[in-house]
Amino acid sequence: MSTRIFGSGIKRREDPRLITGEARYTDDIKLPGVLHMAVVRSPYAHANIVSIDSAAAEAMDGVVAVFTGDDIDLAGMPTAWLIPDSDLKTPEHPALAKGKVRYVGDGVAIVLADDRYRAQDAADAVVVDYEELPAVIDPEAAAQAGAPLIHDDVEGNIAFRWAPFDKEASDAVFEAADVVVSERILQQRLLPTAMETRAAMAQYNAATQELTLWCTSQNPHIHRFIISAVTGLNENKVRVIAPEVGGGFGSKIPCYPDEALVSWAAMKLGVPVKWAETRSENYQVTIHGRDHVQHVQMAASSEGKILGVRATVYAGMGGYLSTAAPGIPTILHGLLYVGPYTIDSVYCESIGVMTNGAPTDAYRGAGRPEATFLLERMVDNVAREIGMDPAEVRRKNLIPAFEDGYDVAAGLTYDSGDYPAAFEKALNMAGYDDFRQAQAEALAAGRYLGIGVTAYTEMCGLGPSQVAGAVGFQGGLWESATVRVTPTGKVQALIGASPHGQGSETTLAQIIAEELGFPVEDIEVVHGDTTETPMGWGTYGSRTTPVTGAALAKASQKLKDKARALAAHLMEASVDDIEYADGSFSVKGSPDQAQSIQEVALMAHLAWNMPEGMDPGFEESQFYDPPNFVYPFGTHIAIVEVDAATGVIDLQRYIAVDDCGPQINPEIVAGQIHGGVVQGVAQALCEGAIYSDDGQLLTGTMQDYCMPKADMFPNFELGETVTPSPHHPIGVKGVGETGTIASTPTVYNAVLDALAPLGVEQIDMPLTSAKVWGAIQAARQ
Amino acid sequence: MWPNKFEYARAGSVDEALAMISDDGKFLAGGHSLLPVMKLRLDAPAHLVDINRIESLSGISANGDLTIGATTTHAEIAGSAAVQSMCAALASACGQVGDQAVRNFGTIGGNIAHADPASDPPTVLVACGATVNIQGAAGARSVGAEDFFVDLFETALDDGELITSVSLPNCSDCQCAYVKFPHPASRYAIVGVAVCLKMDGDTCTQADVAVGGATVKAVKCAGAEAALAGSALDDAALEAAAAAVKADIADWLAGDIAYPESYRQQMAGVFLKRAVRAAS
Ligand SMILES: Cc1cc2nc3c(=O)[nH]c(=O)nc-3n(C[C@H](O)[C@H](O)[C@H](O)COP(=O)(O)OP(=O)(O)OC[C@H]3O[C@@H](n4cnc5c(N)ncnc54)[C@H](O)[C@@H]3O)c2cc1C
Repeated sequence: MSTRIFGSGIKRREDPRLITGEARYTDDIKLPGVLHMAVVRSPYAHANIVSIDSAAAEAMDGVVAVFTGDDIDLAGMPTAWLIPDSDLKTPEHPALAKGKVRYVGDGVAIVLADDRYRAQDAADAVVVDYEELPAVIDPEAAAQAGAPLIHDDVEGNIAFRWAPFDKEASDAVFEAADVVVSERILQQRLLPTAMETRAAMAQYNAATQELTLWCTSQNPHIHRFIISAVTGLNENKVRVIAPEVGGGFGSKIPCYPDEALVSWAAMKLGVPVKWAETRSENYQVTIHGRDHVQHVQMAASSEGKILGVRATVYAGMGGYLSTAAPGIPTILHGLLYVGPYTIDSVYCESIGVMTNGAPTDAYRGAGRPEATFLLERMVDNVAREIGMDPAEVRRKNLIPAFEDGYDVAAGLTYDSGDYPAAFEKALNMAGYDDFRQAQAEALAAGRYLGIGVTAYTEMCGLGPSQVAGAVGFQGGLWESATVRVTPTGKVQALIGASPHGQGSETTLAQIIAEELGFPVEDIEVVHGDTTETPMGWGTYGSRTTPVTGAALAKASQKLKDKARALAAHLMEASVDDIEYADGSFSVKGSPDQAQSIQEVALMAHLAWNMPEGMDPGFEESQFYDPPNFVYPFGTHIAIVEVDAATGVIDLQRYIAVDDCGPQINPEIVAGQIHGGVVQGVAQALCEGAIYSDDGQLLTGTMQDYCMPKADMFPNFELGETVTPSPHHPIGVKGVGETGTIASTPTVYNAVLDALAPLGVEQIDMPLTSAKVWGAIQAARQ
Repeated sequence: MWPNKFEYARAGSVDEALAMISDDGKFLAGGHSLLPVMKLRLDAPAHLVDINRIESLSGISANGDLTIGATTTHAEIAGSAAVQSMCAALASACGQVGDQAVRNFGTIGGNIAHADPASDPPTVLVACGATVNIQGAAGARSVGAEDFFVDLFETALDDGELITSVSLPNCSDCQCAYVKFPHPASRYAIVGVAVCLKMDGDTCTQADVAVGGATVKAVKCAGAEAALAGSALDDAALEAAAAAVKADIADWLAGDIAYPESYRQQMAGVFLKRAVRAAS
């Protein structure tokens, strides 16, 4: 018996082309006669456009055309998550601003030139006269009376108010509780910073009326849908290709004006048009993540039983509502307020507020990190309030193990979980009790050590389409896949999802290899081109392995059934007598008689000798709509030391026990957790986009916006438990976002634990040394 | 990331470079400060005169004094046995500049001409009493490092003048150190402190101290020096020096949104103590 391919940590098949620089990204694709587009962007956060003079720019060498908002006859950029019962307003979002700009970077004009440098020169030469208006950045401030009005049709800047839970019931729980803790939590703006900035290139064939758009997309089928809607072209005349895509973290889900504008310009001018974002533009105009001001309370008994959680959340939407923006601080946030605990009462009022910042949207974890953080923060506050160890409070409240469905107060049904097992395992790995001892000794010697523990579960593998419809998501959330075997026995797996760095070409091939016995090297996963691949809703929400993986597993199982029947026919045996092992079908009792999967595939293609009623060919397709979300879970622990003289934090140990069901490829799972943890820790410690009061982005380059660096981290100590999802064909759960979801509160709570003896109770993220030091000084006063 | 149009030419000698430079031109050394600024379109010189191939500008000589050619890279300085023995603090500072790629391209001449307040080498040059050697159309001149750095991104260089080298007194009989508190985002200095101590047994007979990063330029810190000189570098002396250094830099403070002036000023005291401990 060979070792199983499922569960084996084989190297990522996509890596050689990525690490040798051979991979071909959108900006690497060259078309003859291409024009380069530069966007003239607003330097003001909020201003009326008085006039635009493009005469000088138009006269420059190599400039073909300059267009402004009045020239562009595209439909507005749509918002595609229309959350119900929230009085949602969707203000008009023209591809180029008309009359008014609403954030720094808002597009005002486009320049088309024969060369990228000349396009930029001409963009600089476009003279725009602005009448500056007062701006507002803080979402809570923007929701107050008297704040500058950003859209005339969004009264009070409030785009939606979502509060689906029973307020009276929640209030009653809080009134009766022994203990109520409160905190104002700031979820700062984050810049997703995918390694590849965004890019788009469009080519229009007037003869066939077909538009091809290459772009940095996590979901080319959704891009096709939206580009068709804004240009008016039939969807079957639009081909969207996401070639190699260098990371997204959610920032390449939305359809942006830039992609619509290259499409429009290519159609208008009859030549291909390309645009590639600079990093400075990326920081200004690609969506930002988070941006919540949360007022949170937790109710508990004096014995540490958590009774309820409630929050009012001001969620900054930025100048326009991005594609999925309204769903992030609502559906993907408030429904997670129970976490892994037996909390019977939840309440969330989420207020989506227009501000003069860049639009926000899904960023790795998308709403769920903001929920997990507030929950974990409040659990630590309860522990402090009642004088109980925070790990003990968690232990008391964890939902006991369950295998097939657990209904929680927030309305979700968790699929499966054994939270106590992961929790105790992590505590053991950390040596929790010993640490408390060491911490006390260190404190006596004037050193400040701290530990943070996060138990989490999250909802991913988005999701049943019926639920998508019920919560206003303007699409389905199923996936489809075709497993196509060539006559020579090589496999193409065509998928509608669009991986962009996760290693799915490897894991998905492993699923097929496991089911059908083809060697992984013989399986190509084809994705990213709407013409080559079947419909799918894209790669986000930790859904490609759970949803596409299920479609592929089921398509493979169909092929296997066909292969078994054909093999039986060819070997003149009964189907019931056919045994399968390692890609070979044999007849029970006569092992010499065997047909390999490749031989069967060839015979299916030749179709010289098919059983009665069997169609030729060796290819199967499968649509898969998951019956429920999947709920990975686990416990993360961080140990830190704070240098009280400087406020510098040293992250000394990081322990992560995650359960994502059976692991298809443990190396890839570890990679996802490593990357996620780094991103989440960075939110706690260093990342944060800062606008000035008048809306200038002060962290406009990596000189000021602090990306995490490898030397900030110890070696991660990973552990696992394995609890299969009961509703999934192969039991797997998603793992793309767990690291980000768990790690921010883990490290934050560790730091605050270290600072507790100094009397520090709260510091806004990120925990820069300057803020930590300042808090220590303030507490000493 | 699209610079304005510019012309490029390479000079073979100092005379040629001085003849080629014009009012709207700039010398190009490692390009690691100039090109980022041009790509952001914050500067737009019409032509660049590449000085990297001018042999006389490169290399380290140790004849009594230490002389380092302007186009000598940070990596060469950090790795030089002569620098390590004659001014260990400079080797340390250059070894802490950016990352290896930056150190392989960036030069000491470019670094001090650019005069970024958060740079590392200037702090050591000021502490150790270095001299900047300059050549212009009107001839050669030398300026002490303390006078060379005038203000934020501002030096004593006149238009068209070329730095040819920096010289430092032999400091092999001192105990010197450079300690850096790197900015988590950029890894430039939030605070950099250079100290150069002359010891007689346990007693410090002379202390030279400079602070950068926290200030608009590298600042020589007479108050801290006085607090250390004559002491046994005991805790009380260090506390006094830490207090004094904050006063020394009070008129020159710099900061940014995440690490404001007040914090950097306090950290100068903390890192002064650490620098003295590292040196002694
Ligand atoms: C990612 C990154 C990180 C960095 N981190 C640090 C750090 O931690 N600490 C630090 O100190 N520095 C840091 N630097 C800056 C680095 O040290 C630069 O190399 C240095 O500041 C400039 O040297 P250069 O040779 O590249 O000069 P260039 O960029 O070529 O030139 C800079 C300026 O100096 C002028 N110039 C150059 N040579 C001469 C000369 N001989 N005479 C007169 N004028 C001249 C040029 O005209 C230009 O105006 C970093 C740079 C980068 C890109």
